[in-house]
Amino acid sequence: MVNPYALPAVLAVTAVTVVIGAYGLRLARSTSDLLVASRTVSPRWNAAAISGEYLSAASFLGVAGLVLKEGVDMLWYPVGFAAGYLALLLFVAAPLRRSGAFTLPDFCELRLGSTRMRKLSAVFVIFIGWLYLVPQFQGAGLTLQTVMGWPYYVGSLLVAAVVTGNVALGGMRSITFVQAFQYWLKLTALAVPVIFLLLHWQAQGRPEVTPPTGNTFLATTTVHFDAPAVLTVTTPTTVTVAPSSTPRLLQPGKHTFAAGSDVTFPAGATVPQVSGTPDATGWLHPGTVPGGLFATYSLIFATFLGTMGLPHVLVRFYTNPDGAAARRTTLVVLGLVGLFYLFPTLYGVLGRVYAPALMLTGDTDAVVLVLPGLALGHGLAGQLLGALVAAGGFAAFLSSSSGLLTSVAGVFSTDVLGRGSVVDFRRGALIGGLVPFILSLTVAALDVSMVVGLAFAVAASSFCPLLVLGIWWRGLTDVGAMAGILVGGGGAAVAVLLTFLGYTGDGLLATLLHYPGAWTVPLAFTVMVGVSLATRRRVPSTVGLTMLRLHAPEALRPRAL
Amino acid sequence: MDPTASIAIGVLVLGVGGALYLVMGARGRRGIATPGQRATYSVLQRAALAARPLWNGLDETSASKAVRHLRALVGSVGLAIGDNTRVLAIDGLGEHHRDKLEAALRRVVDTQGSAVLRGREIACAEPDCPVRGAVAASFPGGGLVALTESDPTPGLVQVTLSTAQFIAAQLALAELDSSRARLARAEVRALRAQISPHFIYNALTAIASFVRTDPERARELILDFAEFTRYSFQAHGEYTTLAEELRSIDRYLTIERARFGDRLQVRLEIAPEVLPVTLPYLCLQPLVENAVRHGLSRKPGVGTVTIIAHDAGAECAITVEDNGVGMDPAVFANGSLSGESTRHGETEPHLGLANVDERLRAAFGEEFGLVVETGPNAGTKVSMRIPKFRAEVLT
Repeated sequence: MVNPYALPAVLAVTAVTVVIGAYGLRLARSTSDLLVASRTVSPRWNAAAISGEYLSAASFLGVAGLVLKEGVDMLWYPVGFAAGYLALLLFVAAPLRRSGAFTLPDFCELRLGSTRMRKLSAVFVIFIGWLYLVPQFQGAGLTLQTVMGWPYYVGSLLVAAVVTGNVALGGMRSITFVQAFQYWLKLTALAVPVIFLLLHWQAQGRPEVTPPTGNTFLATTTVHFDAPAVLTVTTPTTVTVAPSSTPRLLQPGKHTFAAGSDVTFPAGATVPQVSGTPDATGWLHPGTVPGGLFATYSLIFATFLGTMGLPHVLVRFYTNPDGAAARRTTLVVLGLVGLFYLFPTLYGVLGRVYAPALMLTGDTDAVVLVLPGLALGHGLAGQLLGALVAAGGFAAFLSSSSGLLTSVAGVFSTDVLGRGSVVDFRRGALIGGLVPFILSLTVAALDVSMVVGLAFAVAASSFCPLLVLGIWWRGLTDVGAMAGILVGGGGAAVAVLLTFLGYTGDGLLATLLHYPGAWTVPLAFTVMVGVSLATRRRVPSTVGLTMLRLHAPEALRPRAL
Repeated sequence: MDPTASIAIGVLVLGVGGALYLVMGARGRRGIATPGQRATYSVLQRAALAARPLWNGLDETSASKAVRHLRALVGSVGLAIGDNTRVLAIDGLGEHHRDKLEAALRRVVDTQGSAVLRGREIACAEPDCPVRGAVAASFPGGGLVALTESDPTPGLVQVTLSTAQFIAAQLALAELDSSRARLARAEVRALRAQISPHFIYNALTAIASFVRTDPERARELILDFAEFTRYSFQAHGEYTTLAEELRSIDRYLTIERARFGDRLQVRLEIAPEVLPVTLPYLCLQPLVENAVRHGLSRKPGVGTVTIIAHDAGAECAITVEDNGVGMDPAVFANGSLSGESTRHGETEPHLGLANVDERLRAAFGEEFGLVVETGPNAGTKVSMRIPKFRAEVLT
């Protein structure tokens, strides 16, 4: 079911993005406009831009998919993604802006005066950037596969190529306005269809989201299994399994379907349950996810503390004129991001009613994309709304991955390849785009939000302790910071790599590796404090001056002469 | 595990590993080299590592960073480095000899010479302490003491003395660096006082022409003029933000437009992301002044000044362009950019450029100078790049 309006919508989004990016500069033609042009970006614009850059494929597609699949436990994802800005607001926003640092390596150099620490943080910026770029390309592949029927790798390749080319050639000049536009586009793309969906749901007499007897298929549905699946059938169901057209009766109990089979369920049939996902009661009750409470706490640690370590978010704070504006911006971001996350959750809930087939195949990340079509039918309204959602999703990949790739390429050009020339930046953009593209082709099995959650875990166990201790504790030394990042961040990075490798053990070790946040973050803090205390003599002699700079309002700043 | 996944992981691991390798500068250490080459390499490598902290001057932080490498250079069991009053850092053995080291240090610093210490002068009562002798040497501003397990050999004396000379040279470099910075600061102050007399004269006559016909406008112009001079003479700080600088340029252009009227057109293209960028005071304004004065005032008809500030990754790219008479690039080539020479009895047209160029280089590094593109009757375009962050450059 290819949506004929999706391709024009996606192309329009791409074109508008590029045009605003190239021509949306503040142009002034008379001297009186100079004052306007020299006015810094207001916190509202800046906040919309930060939100636009931040709300990625994980937020746009992944959250709804996880809610559909796992239930209420997954609400911690949107809560954490938004609440990360609270930690940022409380501990980091204003002091970081006052420091004048543009990137995280800059901050390391300023606070710790160590070139080696600068290099180490550059490596982590690149690692986190790549990890975060992978799900963006994954999401793009999934979107074009779902709405256009193209092979998975085409979408990844397309977004990777567009973004890499644009960043390498410096096409995004007025990035703030592009990203602010993207935020409102994404919000509209989710909010407008969900209003129609809710009205439709209301008109249908509000079908239950978790009926006690299990969800039912509202229409005749053909489910295609890419991987072998074990279904638990609770009521006798008559299905047809392609290629044979003779109906087959499934008795209550477990049934195995081979990879590649197409199973058609009649309308009104009860949706069977896939092994490994919660049933209706489990969906509604917390604590049923794999990994249990430990996984939930890990997630909370990672998302609450990881936001402050995301390179593409911190870079945007530089646009604020001063610390107070940075704080106001963060506050607005909290509001904007919080508003946005209301909608993916609703898609996940409604998906249980209208898109139960996704629960069978595990492609729950696609729920946002297919829901308008499934619920409202494939008439004009359904297709237009579907196209709007696809366009919004595309905006999500474009904006997040441009921001991430710009950060990664910037760090490549200044700290790895050379001293930051344009050629270095372009080479950095090419390398920075290629690696996550290759990765995105191979980790297709992991949920988009899961991968992003892992990126957050690495950020939370490396840069969060560095920033919080660096800003609020004068005792932090370069050796302590390095040890903390290597142990905590390195531990999280190893856990992530093992998860990527497809390590699927059982028991405690697997839980620790798949959900590293709850042990790596405290570990990083402990090591950082401990080693700093042991190397107390290496505290930079200028730490008092640096602290004054970070914490005193700009007007009180001592002027060097 | 499926093979594509392992390829992907391989790529990621190789990528991160490669980045680490490049970053940590671990390349090219091994290779086919003679023992002599390897020795030269390792000594120079150590010396470079020891030198870097010393370029910040001699204090506890820099001493504790440098002392490890200095000890490796000297090849002694322990090494202490101190300033004129006390020991700043000790590496290897010798922490419990601190008092004796301090005494030795004072001795050589006072005489500005060197000393060889034996027996009681340096050894301690602890039975398992291997320290038997030491060599102390001074350099301007401090001294160092190398500890040895045997009687000090002439070789150790020689090495200690040349290490002291090496430290002295590095500290002199630090001194040179800071005097260069002081010079740059002095130049900023000098430039502040350099608002062109022509401009003051022209501005006041332009304002005077409005006093009777349009007193309100004359008043506003005087206020603009006052604000402009206040910014130019501001006493504190050597850095400002691009936003502030543009505001001052706005006042300047308002006054110039009072004089030129519609003959002066201004076109701006400012990316708001780069407005908070920190740059030296008055390093853009002279370029605009230059564009107006030499690009337009000698030319009939309408002239346009274009100011562009773009975001370029970790840098900000600024250009100031005019479509005026331009100039012969040879003028720049023969060194008159320094602004000292005169031609046809008048001041060179690019007086401010040399100053701006020097100050940019002093603040951000040699690669951040001005780039001037010009030709007779082809207008002039002056470009600069400003890094968004430099640890030394803080407002």
